[in-house]
Amino acid sequence: MSANLQLDSQGRLVHLLTTEGLPRSLILHILDTAAQFVSVNEREVKKVPLLRGKSIFNVFFENSTRTRTTFEIAAKRLSADVINLNIGSSSTAKGETLLDTVWNLQAMDADMFVVRHAEAGAPHLIARHVKPGVHVVNAGDGRHAHPTQGLLDMYTIRHYKQDFSRLVVAIVGDVLHSRVARSQIHALTTLGVPEVRVVGPKTLLPKDVERLGVRVFHDVAAGLRDCDVVITLRLQNERMSGPLLPSAGEFNKTYGLTPEKLALAKPDAIVMHPGPINRGVEIDSGVADGTHSVIMPQVTFGIAVRMAVMAILAGNDR
Amino acid sequence: MKLEIRNARVVDPQSGRDENTTIHIADGRIASLGAAPDGFRAERTIEAKGLVACPGLVDLSARLREPGFEYRATLESEMQAAVAGGVTSLACPPDTDPPLDEPGLVEMLKRRAGSLMRSRVFPLGALTLGLKGEKIAEMGQLAEAGCVAFFQADAPLTDLNVLLQAMRYAATFGHAVWLRPQDSHLAHGGVAHEGEVATRLGLPPLPAVAETVALHAILELAESTGARVHLARLSTARGVALVAAAKARGLPVTCDVGVHHLHLCDRDAGDFNAHMNLVPPLRDPSDRDALRRALADGTIDAVCSDHTPVDDDAKLVPFGEAEPGATGLEVFLPLVLKWGAEMKLPLATTLAAATSRAAAVLGIEAGRLAPGSPADLCLFDPQCPWVVTREALASQGRNSPFMGLELTGRVTTTIVDGRVVYPG
Repeated sequence: MSANLQLDSQGRLVHLLTTEGLPRSLILHILDTAAQFVSVNEREVKKVPLLRGKSIFNVFFENSTRTRTTFEIAAKRLSADVINLNIGSSSTAKGETLLDTVWNLQAMDADMFVVRHAEAGAPHLIARHVKPGVHVVNAGDGRHAHPTQGLLDMYTIRHYKQDFSRLVVAIVGDVLHSRVARSQIHALTTLGVPEVRVVGPKTLLPKDVERLGVRVFHDVAAGLRDCDVVITLRLQNERMSGPLLPSAGEFNKTYGLTPEKLALAKPDAIVMHPGPINRGVEIDSGVADGTHSVIMPQVTFGIAVRMAVMAILAGNDR
Repeated sequence: MKLEIRNARVVDPQSGRDENTTIHIADGRIASLGAAPDGFRAERTIEAKGLVACPGLVDLSARLREPGFEYRATLESEMQAAVAGGVTSLACPPDTDPPLDEPGLVEMLKRRAGSLMRSRVFPLGALTLGLKGEKIAEMGQLAEAGCVAFFQADAPLTDLNVLLQAMRYAATFGHAVWLRPQDSHLAHGGVAHEGEVATRLGLPPLPAVAETVALHAILELAESTGARVHLARLSTARGVALVAAAKARGLPVTCDVGVHHLHLCDRDAGDFNAHMNLVPPLRDPSDRDALRRALADGTIDAVCSDHTPVDDDAKLVPFGEAEPGATGLEVFLPLVLKWGAEMKLPLATTLAAATSRAAAVLGIEAGRLAPGSPADLCLFDPQCPWVVTREALASQGRNSPFMGLELTGRVTTTIVDGRVVYPG
């Protein structure tokens, strides 16, 4: 849908806004590039000069220490200059519009914006209004997309499972509010995963989600049976009780990933979570810290994938 | 002023008349069609070969933005947009700042609009004080000041007892109650139709049941109170079906649709285009198609421009934060013509939806082109292509989903009360 905005006329990446519409070859190129950076990150000197002299602005209109830090580390390992701006939601209160903020930073010769915003489509708006040669990376916009998270999850799956074409992947929990789930779904279907499942109560699955190419399960046992990959989603505190769910405890009983439920998946299944985890809500400690869990490797691979995305974007200038 | 319009294709939607003839206008009324009345000597002749002459359009909703929102648009700019769009009568909703809940405000608006000598303005009074949905407004005094109906606009009215009493009170005096059916709890936070597109884009969904649940309540209250109810801006196929059933059992309800909803659907917002953020939201293609059919078969009484000028900055934000609405007055006629052509309707039938049928909803003497009727006319070139650009619009609102696109049909002359008000 936004393919034209993030690709140039030669099909090269100019912005990373969503995994939807990214060609399979481009996703694989990002993963392959990330693989090279994984080895850089294992060296004693974890730094390459690819982005020397480039200025990367982390512009976070919604607070997130964790994601911002991973982008910051990735940019620094590429030798870029990184400027962090935690704008929160205060910029509009000050009377400055989103685009005014961006144009001001652009005037400081920014080369790349890493943007997080509470509103879906905010990075698209920015990408439409920056100068040619300035790149935008979506670090999460509303419920819409979190493409680098989706890509690092693909990296993780490929690392442990190699071949996408035979996998059953279940995404469990609050899909409705999850930009991560949407980015995963588009990437998984593009990479040829034959069965992508979403598992959750009707209150937490968005309408017509099956049209994104997934199978819908409300019964957690059926949804987890014979899965190769189980992805649990974070349940935000404010959604644990109210009109969507009666309580965190009941959610844990019905959809929380416990060792018993995980036993329904394949014996070699991996368990993923985009973090930060709520122990005892969407995932039990026994699973999060257990042998199937690849949650920590996800974080490690996340640095390499973000390095790959930035390097590819900057490399396309030349 | 005696005016003669020669060789126009004269279309009167009320009677279905459609023929090339000459129109004679005297003393603000149509004196005759065809032969000139005895002793008629035109002071001005308009040659209209190749043009259609029809009654001036009657628009059930045009926001003029005064008082209170002059940074978005002014009465001058929007009244100019009205005549440039061939609209000779318009109803303006009460959601100004302050809302039209005081007779003084209504009188001021009518006087200011009148002094501009453009279209006729029919204010819709606020149904509740301050549009807060708590106390009913002074309907009697507002009607005396010139309000033709009472409307809650897009403001929520959650307390159904207030609605019940407002309808009872209005019914006592025969005032019409206008409501845009939307349950504010079900709509809460929603910015896009709940469906595949909102799911894909991660936009907070606004479900179709927000409209249909409200319709059920309104129709029940209308039936129990006997109030004359007008349902503004239907957006769903199920909503249309509910209104059709209510009409079939004899309820005196009328309804309208915004012209953009005849042509656009949720898919059109697919790249977060803030110009597609409208109220109610653009819905599924099947909803759009039901609206198109219902307007053609008369279930929907009339189409309106739902003119909502918004300043550029309010659209240069992410989709969900954008001020909803589209400029409508100047694209109204071409979009109505496009709908009629696509539905293969006779021109008179097409135009009726924006003239005679809208006038019937308002209960005003307008929307006719026949001897004796007010000389409110519009001449337009039905073949003329034009591109919607900022420069092409007189309205201060340049917020159009059709920006940059070509439309067909352009107004050349607008006459109100026997005077040429556009161009000039």
